[in-house]
Amino acid sequence: MSNKSAILAEGLHKHYGKTHALDGLDLTAEEGTVLGLLGPNGAGKTTAVRILTTLLRPDAGRAEVAGLDVVKDADALRARIGLAGQYAAVDEYLTGYENLEMVGRLYHLQGRVARQRAKELLEQFDLVDASKRIVKTYSGGMRRRLDLAASLIISPPILFLDEPTTGLDIRGRLAMWEVISSLVAGGTTVLLTTQYLEEADQLAHQIAVVDHGHVIAKGTSDELKAQVGGERLELTVTHKADMNDAVQALRQYSIGEIQIDIDHRHIIVPVTQGPQILAAVVRDLDASQIAMDDLALRRPTLDDVFLSLTGRAAEETDEPIDIDTARPLERSAR
Amino acid sequence: MISTKVPTTQSLTPQARPSLYWTFADALVLAKRHLVQIPRIPEELIFATIQPIMFVLLFRYVFGGAIAISGTTYVNFLMAGIFVQTVVFGSTTTGIGLATDLQRGLIDRFRSLPMAKSAVLTGRTISDLVRNTFVVMVMWTVGLLVGFQPQGNFLYLLAAVGLLLLTSFAFSWISATIGLSVNSVEAAQSAGFIWLFPLTFASSAFVPTQSMPTWLRTFAEHQPVTQIVNATRGLILNHPDPKTIWIAIAWCVGILIVFIPLSVRAYGRRTAR
Repeated sequence: MSNKSAILAEGLHKHYGKTHALDGLDLTAEEGTVLGLLGPNGAGKTTAVRILTTLLRPDAGRAEVAGLDVVKDADALRARIGLAGQYAAVDEYLTGYENLEMVGRLYHLQGRVARQRAKELLEQFDLVDASKRIVKTYSGGMRRRLDLAASLIISPPILFLDEPTTGLDIRGRLAMWEVISSLVAGGTTVLLTTQYLEEADQLAHQIAVVDHGHVIAKGTSDELKAQVGGERLELTVTHKADMNDAVQALRQYSIGEIQIDIDHRHIIVPVTQGPQILAAVVRDLDASQIAMDDLALRRPTLDDVFLSLTGRAAEETDEPIDIDTARPLERSAR
Repeated sequence: MISTKVPTTQSLTPQARPSLYWTFADALVLAKRHLVQIPRIPEELIFATIQPIMFVLLFRYVFGGAIAISGTTYVNFLMAGIFVQTVVFGSTTTGIGLATDLQRGLIDRFRSLPMAKSAVLTGRTISDLVRNTFVVMVMWTVGLLVGFQPQGNFLYLLAAVGLLLLTSFAFSWISATIGLSVNSVEAAQSAGFIWLFPLTFASSAFVPTQSMPTWLRTFAEHQPVTQIVNATRGLILNHPDPKTIWIAIAWCVGILIVFIPLSVRAYGRRTAR
C-alpha cells in the first residue's frame, strides 16, 4: 500500500439556491483503502460523490481522483472509475446479461470482451440463473448486485458506492459487505457513503463524518468511537427503593459517570466489552435481589456520533432520516 | 453465496477510436437498448397505436359527416392530419423515457461512463423514430380500411412519409428538452402533452382553417403543425406545393437547430433528484 492519494478533495463548495449542499468539504483516501463518508440524509454525501464522479461541477474548491482533476480531466477520469449506488441504476426491461453487456460497450470495450466480461461478472455475483430474465423480476438484493457488477466492468481502480446497502435486508447487507471487502483486498480504492456506523465500522479504514456539507470529524472507527463514548448499559429497575443498591452493584463495570433518573427508575452505565459483562451484571443484580423491568446494551450509533459531535440528534437535521432503517443492527443487541 | 475470485479478463482497456465513431456507436448501443424493450412492454405500443386509431374512427364517422371538404372526401383530407398528430403526440415518449431514466438513476450511470455525451439522446430519438414509423404504418393501414385513397404517385407518398419522420425526429428533441428539464416522470407526461393539444387542434389537421375566427385562423395558418399538415396533405393528394413543403422542412430543421443543443445542455447538467 503506497501513501499516494487516490481521492483528494479540497474545499469543495456546492450550493443549490440558498442550500449549501457542500460547504468546504475536504477528503483524502489512500490507494487501496476504504474511505467511509458517514452522515444523515441531506448531509452532502451524495453531492460529494457526484462531484468526484464528474456528474456535478463544484462551485469552488478542487478534487482529484486517480491523479486526474474531476473538472478538467473529466473524460479521462470516467474510464478509471466505477459508480454504484442506492438507486440500483440498471434497466428494468433488459436482462441481467444485456445490462452488463451494454455497460461494457459504453465503456468502449470490444464486443467480444464486453460479452465475456458480462458472463464473468454474472458468475461472480451469483446471477447466472437469472441472467436471461428481465431485471423487473429481480429482488432488491439481486438488483443491487447487478448494479455493483455493472460498476466493476472495467475493474476500475477506484470505486464509488453511494449507500450500497440502504434498503437491503441483513442477509443482503452482509453479502454486499463481503463483496466490497474482497474488492479492497484485490487493491481497489473505495469511497463509500453510509448512514450506518456499523457499516463504516466493518468496511472503512478511515471514516469522515459529514454534516451540513463539511467534515465534522474523521479518523478510524476506534478513534471515533472513543470520541463518541462507547457502549453503555441501560437498565430500569422495578422498585425505586432498589436504585441505590443497583448503582452500587454496577459501579465496578462502569468506565465513567453513571447517569441516574430516579423518577423513571433508569440507570445508564458507560461500559466496555458489553456482551462479555452482560451475564455477570445479570448475576450480580440477581444475587442482590434487584428486580428489573428492562436491561439493554446500547452501542454507539450514528445518533450518538451526532449527539456527541454536534450536540443534537441526527434526526434533527433538515431532512429527517428514517429511524427504522437508520439503526439496522443495533436492536439485535437488545 | 457470492464467489470472490479476481476478474480474469485481460484487456479491460477501452478501445481507442475517433470520437465521431463513438458518437454513432454509443447511440446505436442505446437505440438497441430501447428497441429490444418494445416487445417486452407490448401494452405501451398498443396504447400508442389505439389512441390515433380512435381519432381516425371518431373524426371519420362522428365529425366526418358534418365537415364538407371541396375537391376530396373528408377521410382523404383527415389522414394527413392524423399522421402528423400521431408523430407529434408519439414524440412525447422521448421525454417521458428520459425522465424515467433520470428518476431511476440511469442517467447518472450513463454520465459517469466514458461514452459520447449525445448518445443517450440520439439513441432515444432514433429508437422513437423507428417506433413512430411503425405506428404511422399502422395508421396508414387503418386509413385504407376506412376509405382513405392516397392520390399522389409513389415518389410523393415517399416524400410525405419522409416529412412525417423528420417531424417525428424534430419534435422528439423538443420532448427530450422538456423531459430533462422537469422534476418527475408525471411532470414530463403532462408538460410534454399539454401544449400539443392547441398546436394540433388549432391547425388544419382536422378542419379547414377557413371556418375559424380570424384571430385563431391567423395563429393556425402560421404555426408549424399546419404547415407540416398542408405539405403532407398536398403530397398525399397529388397537388404538392413546393413553398409549403420548404416551409415545413424549415420548421423541422429550425426546431432541431434550437432543441438539440438545448437538450444536450440539459442532459449534461441533470442528476437524479
